Amino acid sequence: MGVLEYKFEENIILTKVDWLLNWARKSSLWPMTFGLACCAIEMMATGASRFDLDRFGAGAFRATPRQSDLMIVAGTVTLKMAPCVRRLYDQMPEPRYVIAMGACTIGGGPYALHGYHVLKGVDLIVPVDVYVPGCPPRPEALIDGLRKLQEKVQKQGLLARPAKPAANAGDHVLEYSRMDGVRRKWEETQKHGGLTPQDEEAAVEEQKKKDKEAVAKV
Amino acid sequence: MVAVEKDVRTDELVINMGPQHPSTHGVLRVVLKTDGEMCLDAQPDIGYLHRCAEKIAENLPYGQFVPYTDRMDYVSGMGCNMGYCMAVEQVAGIQVPERGEWLRVIVTELNRIASHLLAFGTYGLDTGAITPFLYGFRERELVLDLLEMLCGARLTYSYIRIGGVDGDVPPEFMDKLKEFLDIFPKKIREYNKLLTYNHIFMKRTVGVGVLPADVAIAYGVTGPCLRGSGVRQDVRRDEPYSVYPKLEFDVPVGTDEHGPIGDAWNRYYIRIRELEESAKILRQCVKMISPGPVLAEKVGRVKPPAGAEAYTRSENARGELGFYIVSDGTMTPARVKVRAPSFSNISVLPAIVRGQMLADVVAIIGSLDIVLGEIDR
Repeated sequence: MGVLEYKFEENIILTKVDWLLNWARKSSLWPMTFGLACCAIEMMATGASRFDLDRFGAGAFRATPRQSDLMIVAGTVTLKMAPCVRRLYDQMPEPRYVIAMGACTIGGGPYALHGYHVLKGVDLIVPVDVYVPGCPPRPEALIDGLRKLQEKVQKQGLLARPAKPAANAGDHVLEYSRMDGVRRKWEETQKHGGLTPQDEEAAVEEQKKKDKEAVAKV
Repeated sequence: MVAVEKDVRTDELVINMGPQHPSTHGVLRVVLKTDGEMCLDAQPDIGYLHRCAEKIAENLPYGQFVPYTDRMDYVSGMGCNMGYCMAVEQVAGIQVPERGEWLRVIVTELNRIASHLLAFGTYGLDTGAITPFLYGFRERELVLDLLEMLCGARLTYSYIRIGGVDGDVPPEFMDKLKEFLDIFPKKIREYNKLLTYNHIFMKRTVGVGVLPADVAIAYGVTGPCLRGSGVRQDVRRDEPYSVYPKLEFDVPVGTDEHGPIGDAWNRYYIRIRELEESAKILRQCVKMISPGPVLAEKVGRVKPPAGAEAYTRSENARGELGFYIVSDGTMTPARVKVRAPSFSNISVLPAIVRGQMLADVVAIIGSLDIVLGEIDR
């Protein structure tokens, strides 16, 4: 996908192609075999005969992060384990998703109060897409979490260039603050009776110097 | 023609296995020292799931610690509930009504079946067979349905409380239990056909990771791992608690029928035979249970006398589970120490891994059937 991603203007054909690609992607989310504690047993039960996660295309549990696109963090993450979780997440290929399964991964769970080296929520180290509460969550709850994630995957735009405000929401705020700074500077100069011709010349020369430096850098 | 170099210098290679490894049953890290394909040493590195359960016990009233015991050995939570409650009852001098004891035995044996079925399935996965996992979980779900009828939870039950059990069973429970016991022996025969006497499986496990009886005793190994080495030790029989004196059951031990005593296959097969024994116990329980109260009256807030202490042993699915409680006369215990069977069982790993092939390490760890929640606590 890397070559085609975010390269095209949005139009009706691309939307359809996107839909198709997302449908394929959401129907084959491969989770990583990543059991930490009690929740892992319920995760195994979800993958086993009665609940059969394969119905939703997510039954192929991979043993390596390189082959998986979904990390189900199932169980208490301790501070000793946290770097490993982060490294495993970093090893997964994009696009990747995380389901936080169980109370411990959401906020420390029963160990939030006295667990002096239990991580109070796995979202402190990896971005989480879906939270599945419970201690441990029933297999039905995990399947529901997976369906929620599939809905999210279906809505993603892959090929089309993302629309500005949605994708660069942060830039918008940044731009505004920059404008604010310019206006403040202008107001300050107005206080001293506006710009003199000398000031203007100095500003022009300073700008030229900056331009030269920029050219030299390139 | 190139002359073959005769004196090739070889070095020991240190391999890191885990903490994220599909066959370490959780987050165990093993540092292996290998010479070619042969394994010279294996040092387990634990602590990735330390949740300070013992320290939490010192900060909570006695009754509130019961849910945390579920999360220690999370595959057989009922056994942990029972061990802890027995210790508290001994410290505080609480008498459990008879029906309460019967129900405790019923649920712990059911949970033992669920735990051994999980061990059966995951051991198949470890040795490369995926189908037994699906078969094992098929029956495990039936057991979990029964336990769910009692307390609504599938894994972390907290059904056994100080002074008895949470509540009486629903009326249809006993019929469902009988139904399950009727179909279960047939399923065990199926497991044997599918995995136990499977030629490939036996090639993987027979004669692998032999644990001699004296080594097992020296390391404090208990449960199916010790019985696999031919030692007939079972707390339920040697030091009976609850209503076990009234029950008749065998304690299966390892045999040299297919290979040396104490190999991985024997450890695995003990679990399969314990499924039969647990079913036998359950059949007796269904017949012998009589109506009555299930929870001791006026337990309320437990406040044992200062200085009182108790150590209780109970046979959990993985071995001997011990709880040691010291009271200081307040609502919270002064000290709770847990003797976890998996902790002793994993400590024997370096002794049996030495000289084995690298690929067999997975089969050995799987046959020990460890639960990391219990090791690290």
